[in-house]
Amino acid sequence: MRKLSVALGLATVFLASLAMAQAGKDQRRSGYQDMGPTLQKMQDDDTANPAMLYVQAGEALWTQKAGAADKSCADCHSAGSMKGVAARYPAIPPGGDRPVDLEGRINLCRTEHQKAAPFGAESEQMLDLSAYVALQSRGMPIAPPNDPRLAAFRMHGGQLFKGREGQLNLSCANCHDDNAGKKLGGATIPQAHPTGYPIYRLEWQALGSLKRRLRNCMIGMRAEPFDEDSEDYIDLELYLMDRARGMTMDAPAVRP
Amino acid sequence: MRIALFLAAVFAAAVALTALGVSAQESLRSYVIVGDAIPDSLTGEAGDAARGRAIVANRSVGLCLLCHRAPIPEERFQGDLAPDLAGAGARWSEGQLRLRLVDASRLNADTIMPPYYRLDHLQRVARNFAGKPILTARQIEDVVAYLASLKE
Ligand code: HEC
Ligand code: HEC
Repeated sequence: MRKLSVALGLATVFLASLAMAQAGKDQRRSGYQDMGPTLQKMQDDDTANPAMLYVQAGEALWTQKAGAADKSCADCHSAGSMKGVAARYPAIPPGGDRPVDLEGRINLCRTEHQKAAPFGAESEQMLDLSAYVALQSRGMPIAPPNDPRLAAFRMHGGQLFKGREGQLNLSCANCHDDNAGKKLGGATIPQAHPTGYPIYRLEWQALGSLKRRLRNCMIGMRAEPFDEDSEDYIDLELYLMDRARGMTMDAPAVRP
Repeated sequence: MRIALFLAAVFAAAVALTALGVSAQESLRSYVIVGDAIPDSLTGEAGDAARGRAIVANRSVGLCLLCHRAPIPEERFQGDLAPDLAGAGARWSEGQLRLRLVDASRLNADTIMPPYYRLDHLQRVARNFAGKPILTARQIEDVVAYLASLKE
């Protein structure tokens, strides 16, 4: 009798999880999936994807000696060692106590190892190098580190995502959780998964960082964007990367 | 002579306003809510429907077409986050339309419709928009007049 009820219980659990697996089919979509076939083709074809020009420049920078230490990135990192790196940032650097994004990590190498001046956040060199590094995670699942110290920062990012702001009094979630897939004017609202950064955005006619994308949305809400070096961007990015955990990296992406 | 007098008057008015600490900005006019409506015009005057249509059509003034469709065929990219404005004047009275524009959150706390004539309970408003409502009282009245004309 006891055996029977255990078996019944197990069967119920099994059926329930089967149902959940079906009902819970991943509903997430990347910005890539929301684009038309022309733009998807442009992104997929490395000879047509304008971001690849930046990647080439980044590859040149990678081997260029710089700073008082007169070292290049390649002097410390072997070829291909950047695989998966862009898929797990932001992360807390060794000895640090708060997360940095990929750009922040690149600048730590500049200042600590190369003894060189940091790159500006939106500088050409930063975009080139981050595109070069990000490309090496193409096709890999987004995999934020399981570092318990990140939880509080990520939670703060989630609050920023859900809080209303700006003269229009909107939250990121109002558009990207509640109205994704619908039309805001002429634009399809994407789910805001940061799978493709840095991106070549046709509207910018240039490569741009995730920060620039977030700043654009804040300006759209008529909110005062965070300062360029604000930790709020990193916290928001931590939240977005966790929300996109397991999704496929498609950097450097093309977006409308 | 006339112009000089006029300028003097403008100058005096500006000084008076600054003295009151209002600077050049329009402060909100008070209004009375009755049920789900603001029955009286914010300006005391009727709005102009043609001007209201232009405000609704303009993506950097009214912003309405980002979310709503409206019978404004020359504007191609209209959003679909919100009800079609066609027929709004048949569904709602002028006073009901006025409250929905002034502060839709009075009727639905979770609404995404921006509060077009409210300054409180807003966070991180961009510097260039701080202290200003999205639309002025006169613009609100113009939009109300336009919406009220949308009978089908
Ligand atoms: C009123 C709607 C709206 C709000 C509010 C909004 N966004 Fe967006 N967002 C968009 C639209 C539309 C796009 C697509 C590109 C475009 O047309 O600007 C976009 C694009 C994005 C993307 C790029 C996705 C990709 O595939 O590359 C990210 C990330 C993003 N938003 C994050 C945010 C965050 C974070 C906030 C809050 C700080 C926010 N958005 C607020 C409408 C909005
Ligand atoms: C960011 C999105 C957004 C913008 C911008 C916006 N609205 Fe709305 N509006 C809504 C939503 C959503 C509703 C549905 C009711 C609710 O959620 O409160 C609504 C409801 C309305 C209604 C009631 C419609 C009905 O038939 O029930 C009117 C009238 C209206 N809006 C007019 C306007 C006008 C005019 C403008 C511009 C001056 C405007 N809205 C801008 C989102 C928006």
